[in-house]
Amino acid sequence: MARHVIAPVDELPPGTRKFLEIDGRPIAVFNIKGEYFGLMNRCPHQGAALCEGPLIGLAQSSDPGEIEYTKLGEIIRCPWHGWEFDIRTGQSYCDPRRFRVKAYPAHVEPGTSVVKGPYVAETVTVKVESDYVVVEL
Amino acid sequence: MNIQFRESLEAASSLTAKNATKTAIADCDIHPARASRTELYPYLAKRWQHHLEVYGVHAYQGMMDGPPYPKAQPNASRRDAYPPEGGPQGSSLSFMQKQLLDPNNVQLGVLNPLNSGQGIRNHELSAALCSAINDWQIDKWTSKDKRLKGSIVVGNEDGLSAAAEIRERAGDKNFVQVLLLSRNVEPLGQRRYWPIYQAAEEAGLPVGVHAFGFGGNPITPSGWPSYYVEEMVGHSQCQQSALASLALEGVFERFPKLKMVMIEAGFGWAPSLAWRLDNVWQRLRSEVPHVKRPPSEYIREQVWWTTQPMEDPERREDLFDVINWIGWDRLLFATDYPHWDYDEPSRVLPAGVSEDNREAFYLGNAKKLYGIS
Ligand code: FES
Repeated sequence: MARHVIAPVDELPPGTRKFLEIDGRPIAVFNIKGEYFGLMNRCPHQGAALCEGPLIGLAQSSDPGEIEYTKLGEIIRCPWHGWEFDIRTGQSYCDPRRFRVKAYPAHVEPGTSVVKGPYVAETVTVKVESDYVVVEL
Repeated sequence: MNIQFRESLEAASSLTAKNATKTAIADCDIHPARASRTELYPYLAKRWQHHLEVYGVHAYQGMMDGPPYPKAQPNASRRDAYPPEGGPQGSSLSFMQKQLLDPNNVQLGVLNPLNSGQGIRNHELSAALCSAINDWQIDKWTSKDKRLKGSIVVGNEDGLSAAAEIRERAGDKNFVQVLLLSRNVEPLGQRRYWPIYQAAEEAGLPVGVHAFGFGGNPITPSGWPSYYVEEMVGHSQCQQSALASLALEGVFERFPKLKMVMIEAGFGWAPSLAWRLDNVWQRLRSEVPHVKRPPSEYIREQVWWTTQPMEDPERREDLFDVINWIGWDRLLFATDYPHWDYDEPSRVLPAGVSEDNREAFYLGNAKKLYGIS
């Protein structure tokens, strides 16, 4: 696995992201509250440049009228069809197909349960080595 | 929340290029935008320029300039579609060429301008604005790129002035259809709109009915909904009532050579609407004796459908069932560029379609309908 130094740490302060191409592959690296995450900059749905979307939170509701908004700045929303992906895991949320086929067990679930979608954006490993942000690919 | 946008769009367009289908396609729903509020002034008489400055426009419906933006994405458009020279998404020909037309090998692009002056209460102003938009389409788009063809927009609530605009443009190769919207003051089959159909039929131009509009009625038959999600599905309900009206008022019977294109409202509902229409027509035929044949027959003969937003059922067999009912010769591929629910050409049609049907879906049907060789 090759390591690619992509920036000195202070060039990528919290809340920012950097776009780059490594071995012909489009990558985006995010600094979320001091932690670094990398995603393939290509939406698994129809191929948009996923990481150009806004960073949002995760809206969840246990009941109509009850809205919880968490993971602020940790969810990326695709610039085309708005699918939401967790930056940490690449997991997509809320696929209507799943809603249709999923059998809901007959018990009360905590309000935090959100249906995960089948699409997962490709993540890449990012770490900090002696004050440089490094991507492993 | 800290939102940053990449400064350079180079990578985005190279990505699009890589994903692109190499087969030539038609894109039957492209939305060109104005770069500035006054971009139409050169095509408007001084009288109307002053009128706009003094009075503005009064539509049948509030929020004529578009509901509070952003809607799903800024300007309801792809976030990566801002032209580098500034202005809203869809306002630059060179960027549209680079992002949409070239990488996707678009051979025919049909322009459907929105916010075009339709649905304005002052019918003279409406006619002037529509005519200006038509001139602007030639000047800014179709004369500069031969792949692009315009849609004649008309002051739809005044059938006579609309028909006059169509007759004036008839035979002009810059235009390939007449454009109406689905939300009007009255359902589209009613008499006030007949001069439009007559003029379009005479000119040999299909009439496109694009989702949206400013007729003043709620988007759903049960009133104004709370959410944008409901509005998005409301468009198909709205098109259904428009199509039912066209069939039952006798428009298809009266204008047998008229071709209608249902734009951006789905097509999965077409069979069930047609079955229901046939069913009630058999029982209530004497109320509408001018409808001589089962409504489904007119619909299958005289209606085409653009694909975006492409129907996407879980089982592709369900999709093929619907298309088989409609006919593989009736679908016209569209992306809806630059809007946010854009369909990527290489990703919308499932595997398992014959080469002939694929070709018809992506290009052949459109070329035939719009008379492009
Ligand atoms: S391409 Fe990302 S949501 Fe469709």
